Amino acid sequence: MNKKTAWERMLLVREKDRPTIRDYIPLVFDEFWEMHGDRLYGDDGAILGGVATLEGRPVTVIAQVKGRTLEENKKSNFAMPHPEGYRKALRLMKQAEKFHRPVVCFIDTPGAFCGVEAEERGQGEAIARNLFEMMELRTPVLSIVLGEGGSGGALALGVADRVAMLENALYSVISPRGFASILWKDASREEEAANIMRITAEDLIGFGVAEDMIPEPQGGAHRDPESMAATLREYLKNTIFKFTELPIEKLLESRYDRFRKIGEFTASQPD
Amino acid sequence: MLQDLLQKVKIRAPSPLAKAAESVPLSIPKDLLFKCPRCQAVLSSEEFTAAGRVCPACGYHARLTAAQRLEETVDEGSFEEFDEGLESCNPIDFPGYGEKVAQLQAATGLREAVITGRCRIGGEAAVIVVMDSHFMMASMGSVVGEKITRAFEKAADEGLPVVAFTASGGARMQEGIVSLMQMAKTSGAVARHSRRGLLYITVLTDPTTGGVTASFASLGDIIIAEPKVLVGFAGRRVIEGTIRQRLPESFQSAEFLEEHGFVDMIVTRREMKETLSRLLAVHRGEGGACE
Repeated sequence: MNKKTAWERMLLVREKDRPTIRDYIPLVFDEFWEMHGDRLYGDDGAILGGVATLEGRPVTVIAQVKGRTLEENKKSNFAMPHPEGYRKALRLMKQAEKFHRPVVCFIDTPGAFCGVEAEERGQGEAIARNLFEMMELRTPVLSIVLGEGGSGGALALGVADRVAMLENALYSVISPRGFASILWKDASREEEAANIMRITAEDLIGFGVAEDMIPEPQGGAHRDPESMAATLREYLKNTIFKFTELPIEKLLESRYDRFRKIGEFTASQPD
Repeated sequence: MLQDLLQKVKIRAPSPLAKAAESVPLSIPKDLLFKCPRCQAVLSSEEFTAAGRVCPACGYHARLTAAQRLEETVDEGSFEEFDEGLESCNPIDFPGYGEKVAQLQAATGLREAVITGRCRIGGEAAVIVVMDSHFMMASMGSVVGEKITRAFEKAADEGLPVVAFTASGGARMQEGIVSLMQMAKTSGAVARHSRRGLLYITVLTDPTTGGVTASFASLGDIIIAEPKVLVGFAGRRVIEGTIRQRLPESFQSAEFLEEHGFVDMIVTRREMKETLSRLLAVHRGEGGACE
């Protein structure tokens, strides 16, 4: 049982040594060919995508890329994608659909990038399009939150048949800092915000937003990246291929219902 | 002053249209001045109301209540509301959320930030979705997400087009992750409606931002915007903080979106109903090409 508070987990997933997708790929998959570009504008370093094999079977891998050095983070824009990143992700999902291979998305972002060029190139439209297309994508989709799952920028890789969280990962509508800043006009209350927002793996499983929690090594993934990768590999092997056995119409129906049922409201008689 | 304002707003009339009739002149006290947020022009609220809540100096189309919007858009007597009884819960037990909702319900006469229903627009049948920024900046929580989803599902079942007037500050933070998921839920419902070959027209009104821009608002087959309204993903101040400089006034305006290819047309309020009804008519029935 993980006794860490949401805030403690937030500090842990922001650790400089926390493994990133670039650490996991060679350890989790047998082969990997990275693919670049959205065919519309450019190649976003915040999103990595390509084709991998797992136990000899092909899967499409799409991920947000955190860096550990300033140099790496410059290339990947601190894992905050621009619209072309989401469009690259969508292009590769469509490629996966064409070749009937499952898609695995690794979510690890503070959020979509907020900037002038992101607005000029339609950040909102790019995210919306992914939600729309992913809901109807005719191949299985599995999403795993590795560290931070921030806002619509995370959800744009999260319309999946199943969502898993690493034990210390978080998934939220906005960063705790943003939450405190908007609702209390006081960004310094981010620790308090993190702890009331219900953003841990246990919380999300409770809301039906995620299904599984993938255990991390004692003290967190950074303590033993190889054993973390082995656990991830095991989880993927046991999960993703189950979905490929389902008839596609049934899969799409249950994907729709998975999101359809999320929401809390009461219904009174009209007055 | 605030007391006066609250007393002048009608509380929960039976139908939004009836409410509109009573609350249009009352929602703006006569002694108030209107200052245009786009060009800073100042005029009396009477002049402003007479101009259809459009700034005569720059053409900025100011916010309407949902009731005013319905009044301007749907054929008289044609509106049948869907799901008016849905009300918010407090999924993350956020302190004060229930009280805030109750306070806004009393002040606006609305149960939630969106009204949906079946109507006719210039004789054309459609499902209509109208968001009201006066209710918690029309942020999208469970009720907004559910009502919009149901509206698209109903339209798909009945073979009707959807016209959505969007306005929103984005996802409703107070509902935590549950509000984020409404983006996927509504976009999924749009996708299903679209797969049936049915028309969806979005009308972007002031302000359409955040998680609503990043979901159903950007997914119309045809995207219309009112002149000079604010539409964007990220908040202007957030971006200014990132780049450490002031952004031009035109940034994230309807015209900015049109220039960058994200809006089909900018239509004034005066021409809106006729435009919608003609577009609905053009899309009624088959296009004639071979399947």
